[in-house]
Amino acid sequence: MKIIVCIKQVPDTKGGVKFNPDGTLDRGAMLAIMNPDDKAGLEAALRLKDQYGAEVTVLTMGLPKAADVLREAIAMGADKGVLVTDRVLGGADTWATSTTIAGAIRNLEYDLIITGRQAIDGDTAQVGPQIAEHLGLPVISYAQDIKVEGDKVIVQRQYDDRYHVLEAKMPCLITALSELNDPRYMTPGGIFDACKAEITTWGRADLKDVEDSNLGLAGSPTKIAKASDKVRKGAGEKVTPDSPDEAVDYIVGKLKEKHVI
Amino acid sequence: MDFTLSKEHEMARQLFKDFAENEVKPLAQEVDETEVFPRATVDKMAKYGFLGIPVPKEYGGQGCDPLAYAMCVEELSKVCGTTGVIVSAHTSLCIDPIMTYGTEEQKQKYVAPLAKGEKLGAFGLTEPGAGTDAQGQQTKAVLDGDEWVLNGTKCFITNGKEADVYIVIAVTGKIEKRGRMQKEISAFIVEKGTPGFTFGTKENKMGIRGSSTYELIFTDCRIPKENLLGAKGKGFGIAMHTLDGGRIGIAAQALGLAEGALETTIQYVKERKQFGRSIAQFQNTQFQLADMATKVQAAQLLVYKAAMAKATQKVYSVEAAMAKLYAAEVAMEVTTKCVQLHGGYGYIREYDVERMMRDAKITEIYEGTSEVQRMVISGSLLK
Repeated sequence: MKIIVCIKQVPDTKGGVKFNPDGTLDRGAMLAIMNPDDKAGLEAALRLKDQYGAEVTVLTMGLPKAADVLREAIAMGADKGVLVTDRVLGGADTWATSTTIAGAIRNLEYDLIITGRQAIDGDTAQVGPQIAEHLGLPVISYAQDIKVEGDKVIVQRQYDDRYHVLEAKMPCLITALSELNDPRYMTPGGIFDACKAEITTWGRADLKDVEDSNLGLAGSPTKIAKASDKVRKGAGEKVTPDSPDEAVDYIVGKLKEKHVI
Repeated sequence: MDFTLSKEHEMARQLFKDFAENEVKPLAQEVDETEVFPRATVDKMAKYGFLGIPVPKEYGGQGCDPLAYAMCVEELSKVCGTTGVIVSAHTSLCIDPIMTYGTEEQKQKYVAPLAKGEKLGAFGLTEPGAGTDAQGQQTKAVLDGDEWVLNGTKCFITNGKEADVYIVIAVTGKIEKRGRMQKEISAFIVEKGTPGFTFGTKENKMGIRGSSTYELIFTDCRIPKENLLGAKGKGFGIAMHTLDGGRIGIAAQALGLAEGALETTIQYVKERKQFGRSIAQFQNTQFQLADMATKVQAAQLLVYKAAMAKATQKVYSVEAAMAKLYAAEVAMEVTTKCVQLHGGYGYIREYDVERMMRDAKITEIYEGTSEVQRMVISGSLLK
């Protein structure tokens, strides 16, 4: 079985967020980690590899430094890494990203593609299903459990207070939730090997069956009007009124003061 | 000269840090209080290859270098001194001598399961009457047919009752050296469960309380002839060379304890308020932190230099002795000052610095006291 896992390097939520003048994220200036949902997807693929035997290829699109997450994935047990990087691909929204990744995947053999549900920087949950659409594959999203039986996958899909059990014939695409599993750690030997491993690096010219008009910032239908870092609020004011009536008077007074009412 | 860490060492540090924070730190206080050996943590470390970091892959190890191994002990010790020394004694004192002096059969039989963490290792040199004076060994091994018969007692043995494979140093006869009769000392590999090999007292210690420290007792304990490690009569040299490597592990443990205490204290002084402001705003605090951070950095450089020396040099006794001497004394000084900066809270068990100060003391004592390290260093200066 050949599995492709799409992973994304995202800003570490512990670090500050920095923006380019055009409103897109300045990824080069931020601390970065592997997106948690993607890491769960990778762990799911590695468990399938442990159980059934598989070749796991991790693929990412990003700046050259995004190779770090590929090396991390290889240190966890993935077999190969593919980095898609090119200046013309920068500033991509979900449409341009999924177009790019699908263009890269067309060069690879696979039975199963696993992506994370969504990335913590964009929170759209669109790229996985869009890749499936570009490649004409069935998609099962929000997987909380994955099994393989013969040439099909049986997936529990999380759905509010219940889950659905879905089957799909491979090849297909699954989007994984971080609740799917606890990802394993890297191993020291895995790290030393990963740092020596060759990362396949592709640019625009290596993408198959894609048009320039669908790539990068120019090919992105999404236009960012304004972006800003989260404004941290102060500690607030704590009041301890003696009665409910006094509390109501205080709140109404404050709302009037701020011209809310 | 380049002080930048390689990519693999940076990644390895992050791995050890994450593991220590998530898996080791939450148990550190309980391990200390209850004196229970953290078996579940050891099993997890085995799963991720932490018990065979510098061992070549063909012997079941991770194929990394002594620096990655030192970083592992450092990061574990930042949050739990007990866990740090378990890895150090296992790797440096048991696997390393078998890798260095063992036959191919011994390496295949013992190193592979030790490096994979299927088995745990220990080292028995110290005896009630032979501490710093390691030549004063009383444990004897006598060849009887195809077996060595061991009789004697070893004490203060780290991983004592929890280990499966033990390197044991014993007297095998007398030899004339420079006109004087001296003890001939040899090294042996002894497996747990061998008839005649039992455990004595469990030591009730000041620090590293989860580490299993026991007496090993050999009473007509018969081991196969082929379990002699290295040549007969070379045991003292094997023990001393083993301790050179071990000292890098203990130096890394000491470094980790100092770093852990300093990090905890930096956090604490920012939060603790006295006289209407955080105690971090007092110059006494600031200067103490500056001095401690400088010494910790110096200790780190010595420890990493010794680890690198082990990777590239045949002899690294002086580098290891300097690293251990300095890191251990810095650990004791820094943890003591950190307790002081915590004030009364630093004396209370629920604050990590209290445990760290107790854990730090042993780093000045075991695997060669600070005085022994000074002897090694000055010996090289005056030879």
